[in-house]
Parts: sequence; structure tokens; C-alpha cells
Amino acid sequence: MTDIPATALEPQLAPKPTAEERWRALRTVSRGDLIYRSVLTVLAMLLPLLVLLIAVELVANAMPAVSKFGVGFLAHSTWDPVRGEFGALPLIFGTLYSSLVALVIAVPLALGCAIFLTEFSPRWLRTPVATLIELLAAVPSVIYGLWGIFVLIPLLRDHIWPVARHVLDKLPIFSGVFYGPSVLAAGVILAVMVLPYITAVAREVLLAVPPSQREAGLALGATRWETVTTVILPYGRAGIIGAVILGLGRALGETMAVTMVIGNRHEVSASLLQPGYTMAAAIANEFSEAVSDMHLAALFMVGAVLFLITILANTLARVLVWRVARGSAVGSTAI
Amino acid sequence: MRGRLIRRLFGSLMTGATYGAAALAILPLAVILAMLLVKGAGSLDWNFFTKSAVPFGDSGGGFAHAIVGTLIIVGLACAVGVPVGVGIGVFLAEFGGGRLGFAIRFIADVLNGVPSIVIGIFAWTWLVKPMGHFSALAGGAALGMILVPILARTTEEMVRLVPNSLREAALALGYQRWRTSLQVVVRSAAAGIVTGCLVAVARVAGETAPLLFTALGNQFFSTRVQGPMAALPLQVYVYALGPYDEWHRQAWAGALVLIMLVLVLSLVARTVVRAKRQHA
Amino acid sequence: MTKRIIGLLAVAAGSLWLARGAAAQETVRLNGAGATFPQPIYQKWVLEYHTLHPNIEINYQGIGSGGGIRQFTDHTVDFGASDGPMTDAQIQAVNGDVLHFPTVLGSVVPTYNIPGVSAQLKFTGDVLAGIWLGQITKWNDSRITAINPGVSLPDQDIVVAHRSDGSGTTYIWTDYLSKVSPEWKQQVGMGTSVNWPVGLGGQGNPGVANIVKQTPGAIGYVELIYAIQNHIGYGLVRNSAGNYIEASLATTTNAAAGAVANLDPNTDFRISITNSDGAQAYPIASFTWLLLPKQMTDAAKARALLDFVWWALHGGQQYNEGLAYAKLPARVVQLEEQHLKSITVNGQPVLPANYRGR
Repeated sequence: MTDIPATALEPQLAPKPTAEERWRALRTVSRGDLIYRSVLTVLAMLLPLLVLLIAVELVANAMPAVSKFGVGFLAHSTWDPVRGEFGALPLIFGTLYSSLVALVIAVPLALGCAIFLTEFSPRWLRTPVATLIELLAAVPSVIYGLWGIFVLIPLLRDHIWPVARHVLDKLPIFSGVFYGPSVLAAGVILAVMVLPYITAVAREVLLAVPPSQREAGLALGATRWETVTTVILPYGRAGIIGAVILGLGRALGETMAVTMVIGNRHEVSASLLQPGYTMAAAIANEFSEAVSDMHLAALFMVGAVLFLITILANTLARVLVWRVARGSAVGSTAI
Repeated sequence: MRGRLIRRLFGSLMTGATYGAAALAILPLAVILAMLLVKGAGSLDWNFFTKSAVPFGDSGGGFAHAIVGTLIIVGLACAVGVPVGVGIGVFLAEFGGGRLGFAIRFIADVLNGVPSIVIGIFAWTWLVKPMGHFSALAGGAALGMILVPILARTTEEMVRLVPNSLREAALALGYQRWRTSLQVVVRSAAAGIVTGCLVAVARVAGETAPLLFTALGNQFFSTRVQGPMAALPLQVYVYALGPYDEWHRQAWAGALVLIMLVLVLSLVARTVVRAKRQHA
Repeated sequence: MTKRIIGLLAVAAGSLWLARGAAAQETVRLNGAGATFPQPIYQKWVLEYHTLHPNIEINYQGIGSGGGIRQFTDHTVDFGASDGPMTDAQIQAVNGDVLHFPTVLGSVVPTYNIPGVSAQLKFTGDVLAGIWLGQITKWNDSRITAINPGVSLPDQDIVVAHRSDGSGTTYIWTDYLSKVSPEWKQQVGMGTSVNWPVGLGGQGNPGVANIVKQTPGAIGYVELIYAIQNHIGYGLVRNSAGNYIEASLATTTNAAAGAVANLDPNTDFRISITNSDGAQAYPIASFTWLLLPKQMTDAAKARALLDFVWWALHGGQQYNEGLAYAKLPARVVQLEEQHLKSITVNGQPVLPANYRGR
């Protein structure tokens, strides 16, 4: 009896794939995937390209001022277009100060609104309120400025301050005579402008928290509010900070509304009640009429500094998110 | 026992506080709308919507050129900005886990902080100057550049919120990655993406500074995208800063129209999205 | 059915588009940009001119004097406009290819808000400089009360307002202060934007006017046209002849008359008329200029532009006073005619020697 090889009796199949080949097959992408990814990557690369071009534009046009003033530009306060002497310290200070005030006011409010919309609001109220808050983003800057001039400043100066001053005017941040146009007014308006962005994203983040988390909190005996603060907010921490960063970006670059209420004074002052100036406002105010080349170069330099500050602020925020987000799930890869 | 009561009272207090926050947030909007209605509604007449600027002193002038101009310029901005912005947002959500994603995200946030006037100046250098003249195209491009980073971030957040289980289910059913991304993930995030678009377009429709050096503005009615064109916020700004009461009245009316325009856009898009949701 | 409707709409849209294209063939379009000070009158002129010549569309936008000069230098507009003449350096940047044409006259007035005081105050150049330098800080300062004997001024802080945006109005104001106050000239100088020693910055004339209106004790400066249109009270200013003059169209034209009496026919019109001679001349007045290239390349555009400017200097002047701009003195217009005739396109003068206007 001759041995018939076992293999001859088996049906003629393709050779069995090795483990190596099977693994490779799982990781292959189709042509469609490749195209999809390439197209999106190309689109994404447009952003760095744009940033590069803007940075080149700003720096190239700022060169005359850079070579004349150097780093001292950031430390001096004199802004004299006639003599060609420029120092941007008040602008930098005012930008950061007014944005800080804006966030201090807007973040609690926005979180409150987001929590209201996701947790406590009656169903029928939800959409109207959410829509109204989103509409805040639709109001043009100029209109906010007009509102600031005709409503906010008189309200602050003639009604709120005369009452509040008895308590507050001991503090250095509320010192000096309050004429109306001030860093405080700008901060309030910025807060209103930034609120819809933070609220919109925070709301989505909170909505994404799985109901199981919420129920777990309640099951453990927490009140609804405690569930919010101890379970839901921490879960969405990183995403919320992402929302705040979006708002910060808006505040740093806001122009029209700020310039109509901030008093436009090249001066550094700790008091919120004093007029101030921001980088964006200065550029907007002076660019059209800047007649001398050095003045223009100085404005471009201010633009470059603003660009740099935005980068620094974002970096700081990212570091913050990274440290805080370890443990939270939603949006943690949004770093 | 007491502990629990205090906790519940505190909870109710904070609930009330959130009601208060929402009310406080809406208050400026209510005041602004009231202000615009009071000051502007009276100047809205047929002429306002159908006629363009007339010489000062003549009556019957309107903002037709500015209204149409804004629609065209914002339309141009969206044509460029929406696909690019949403595309980048999807990229960040789908492929953005690594270092490239980190960098792009960072850059988008930085761009969000660039003042719109800097974008306008940039567009002037790269579009207006080489072309040799102002144009609505340059204006649309400038607005588009502002749209893109906002849209990228909001789209990313919305797409990221789609639960992974949906993705995995599609993949398990044999969908290729790109189809999963487009037809399943992005589609379920569509409502959120549209909301993001609305917020961004609304912001961009009211921008004045970038148009100053790109679209320039025009007293005449024009649909030529290669030439200067009027726009609502520009016209409102110019008239608001002018000396005449007549101009001020028209500026208020223009501001009212601008907000109404955005409101209508908002509501229409919302209705469309809701209808889609019910069909899906 | 739907397809039919769509088809019909497409045809209609197409025909409309074509018709628009046909009519557009003859239209000449010009673009100008610059000063906001004369924007109302320029925009009035271009619209009136358009009704006279429907195929000519001249679009003028006020983006600021500096902007006007820059756009003109970069050839992105057909003509520019500025409240301050181009400097020598700027003229060099265009290789001298520019002519300045004064078009209207305007003035700037001091406006104030003192509770309890409704009288029209008198100011001298010294006092105004002192206030804006931050040296005179109270309304009942002796320097103010000395020149306003009948008025009882309160012991109130003066809140100074100025322009935050660069502006021709500031240019005129600081030009005047530099002439009447050596200290101002030395410390601050003149320009569309200056280093203000004190004060709050408002955006545009409305910004300054609002600060003044809403802040008790405030003082600011606005264009005459703005003060008149918005019924804002303003003070009198002492001129070089020693008279306290109220700004008006007549006193503004007087200011120009004094300056042009001895005008050299070869002038390039880059003259300042603040603090000029003349018993009834208002001291804070100025020309505003159109910037035209000496040599143009497009014949149709060149002709349309010069037709328009000629008209603006003649027929257009009838609209000045209705908008609170003063008319140009005749002598100035005469000299400008010569300059207009000197503009060439491709080597040939645009306007014939015996041109009388269109």
C-alpha cells in the first residue's frame, strides 16, 4: 500500500495564511481611506501655511520698528507718533487685564448657563434659552460697542458705582475717579461676547457625559447639584477648559467693541476704573490713518506681539489642561 | 439629618443660581434687541430694502446695496471657509491623536485670537495689492480665513462627542474607515456641526474691520465680485460714525436688519436639522 | 413640472445677467479712498454726478487719510483723499506723480459740557493748549475766568476728550495748537495721531461727542459739521487778529481767503490755513485735498475722473454749505483748473485747453 500524501486528499485550497499575513491583512487600508486621509491632511496643512504667511507678513513689516526699538518696545509706555517713539507696554497690559476680567466674569456665568441647560432647565425652556444665548454671538461688535456707550457705561457709572464705592473704593483695583470708559467696561462687554462660545461648547461637553455617571452619583446619595460638581464637571473638565480657551482667543483679538468703551489711553493702571488700551484696539484705531512708515511698522510690531501673546496664552492653557485632564475622559484628547 | 437638609437647600440655591446665570446671560441680548428695535424699526421701510444710497438730503435711500453685498460676501466666505473648516475639524477628530493633530489644534486656537483687522491687512497684501484693486472676492477670502479656525475647533468638538461604539459598530459591519467617518460619524454629528457653523457665520457676518481693506465698500449697487462691494456692517459703521441724524437712523435700521438676517439663518438651519433628525 | 420651472428660471436669470452685462459695457467705474472728514460731501458729489452722468460710477470710501495716501501710492485706487497733505518723503515714494487738489474747507470746534453753564465760552489758543496739556485742570481756573468775565464757572475738574483713531480732525487741531503754543509744539507736536498728555480717547467724532455729552465737566473737539448736525454747543476761539470768532461757514471761508491772497500760481496747494490772517477768520480751519496722479494710463477713466473733479470744483460747490462745508475761494479754483489741465494720459493732456466743464 503506497502512502498517499495527506495533502493530496485535501481540497485544493489557497495556501493557509501565516499569522504574519493575517495580521497584515487586518491593518491594510483601502484606497478610499488613503484618499480620504490625504485630502483631510492637505486641508489641515492649510492652517500652518496661513499662520506662517501671517507671521511672515507681520514680522517683515515690523522690521523697521524692531531694529529701532528692539525688546524695549515691550517695556516702554510712550506712544508718540509725531516723534516716532513707540512703546507697547500699556497695550499688552490692557489686553491681558481686560481679557482676565472678561474670563473671571464669563466662565462662571457660562458654566452656570451650560449646567442650567443640561441639568435643571425644564424641557420646553431648553431650546429657546440655548438659541438666545447663541444669538449673543451674532451681535456684531459695533452694536456691542454702541450698547456699551449708551447703556453699560451710564449704568456702571451712574447707578452701580455710586452704591458699590462705599465698599469697594478702598481696594487699589477700584481706585481713582470713574469717568465711565474703563478696563472694567471693556471686561464686561468682552465677557458678554465670549459667553456664547464657552456656553455652546461646555454644553455639548456636559451632554456627552454618560447618564450612567450621573445616575451613579445620585445613587450614592448626592444631591443633583453635588452630582454636577463632583461627578459631571470633573468628567468634562478638559473639554470645558478647551471651551474657555476658545473664549480667551476671542477676547484677546476683539477690537471694535473694546475700543468704544475702554477709553483708549496709552497708560498702565492697576485700577479697573481707569481707561486703558488693547493691542487690537490700537491697531484698528491707528492703522488707517498711520501716515509715517515708523508708525505703521510699530503697529505691525504690536500685531506680532499680539500673535506671540496668543501663542503663549494658548501654550499655558494647554499645559494646564494636560495637568488637569489626566483622569477626565471627555475631550481629553482635545489637548 | 440636618446635614442633608443643608445640602438640599444649598442644591436648590445653586439651581436658582443657574437660572439666574441664564437670565443674566440673556439680559444684554434683550436690551440690545430692544435698543435696536426702538431706534431702528421706525426706519425700516420698503425703500430701505430696495434702494441703495442716495445723496444726502434726498429721501428714499436705503441699504439694498449693503444687504445684497453682505449676502454675497458671506456666501463667498462660506463657500471657501465651510468645507475647509469642517474638513479640518473632521481631520482633528478622526486623525488628530498624534503630534500633527496637536500642532494643528494649537494653530487653530492661535488663529482664533488674531484680530480680524490683522486678517484684513493680510488679505490686502496678498489679494488686493496683487490684483490692483479692492474686491468682494478679497473680502470673502478674509472672512473665510476667520471662519476656518473657529469651524475647525467647534466641528472637532462635535465629531469627537460621537460615541466610539457607533464607530466600532460601523467598522464591524464592514464599512471602510472613510465611509464610517463620513456616513456614520460626521452624519450623527451633523446637527452639532451646523450649530457650530451658525455661530461662526453669525460672527463673521458682523465683521467690519477685515472688509475695510478688502471689499472697501461701495455706494452703488453691485454684484461684481471683482470690484468693491458694500456690506451691512461696514455701512452701519460708516453711518454710525457720520454726522447726520439721517445716517444714524439708517445705521440703527441696518444693525437691526443684520441681526434679523442672522436670526432667520439660525432658525431656518435649526428647522432643517430637526427635520433631518426626524427622518434619520 | 419642477424641471420646467427651474428651466424657465435659469433662462430668466441668464437673460438678466446678460442684459446687465450689456448695459455695463459703457459704465466707467472709478474708485477712490481716503479721508473721512470730507466723506459726506464726496459721497454727495459722486451720487449727484451719477444722476447727471448715469454711466459714470465713482465709489468713494472713507478709510482714513493715511489709508488714502497708502492706497494711492500702491495704485489700488484711482484717486486718493487726505486731510493732511502728503509729506515730501511720501511724494518721493510715488516719484512725484501726484497733484493735490483742495476741494472743500472745514473747521474744528471746542465743545464742552459744564453743569449749570449754558453760556458760550471764549477760548484762546493758550487756554486750549493748557487744557489739552493737562496744565489747566479746573473750570474755574483764572486763565479761563479771565477771558469769560460774565460767566460763573464751577470748581469742577476738566475731563479732556480727544480722538483715539488717527484723524484729519486731530491733524487740524494739533496744527493749530502747535502754532499758538510753543510748549505744545515742543512737547506734543502735530499729526493725525499724537501722544496726548491727558484725556480719554473716543472713536470718531461721535466717540468724542459722546464722552463730552455724558461726562459732566468734559471738553473735546469735533468737526463743525458734526457740531451743527447734532446740535452741540461750542465755544468761540480767538484768532490772530484778537477777535473771538464763532466757527461758521463764512468765518471758515474767511480763513482761506487770508491764506490765498498771496498764493503763488505755481503752488502745489499744500498749505495750512490755521491761525490765518483776517479780522473775521476762524482760526481752526483747513483745506482737505484730493490726490490725483499727474500721468494716467486709461483714457476713458482719466477723462471721467477729471470731468468729475472739475465739476466738483464748480457745480459741486453748491452742495457744500448744505452739508456744513465751506466753499473754496474763487482764486483757488482758478489755479486748480490750470493743474487739472496739466494732467496727461499717455503723454497727451486729458482735458482740452479751452475746457469749460461737463
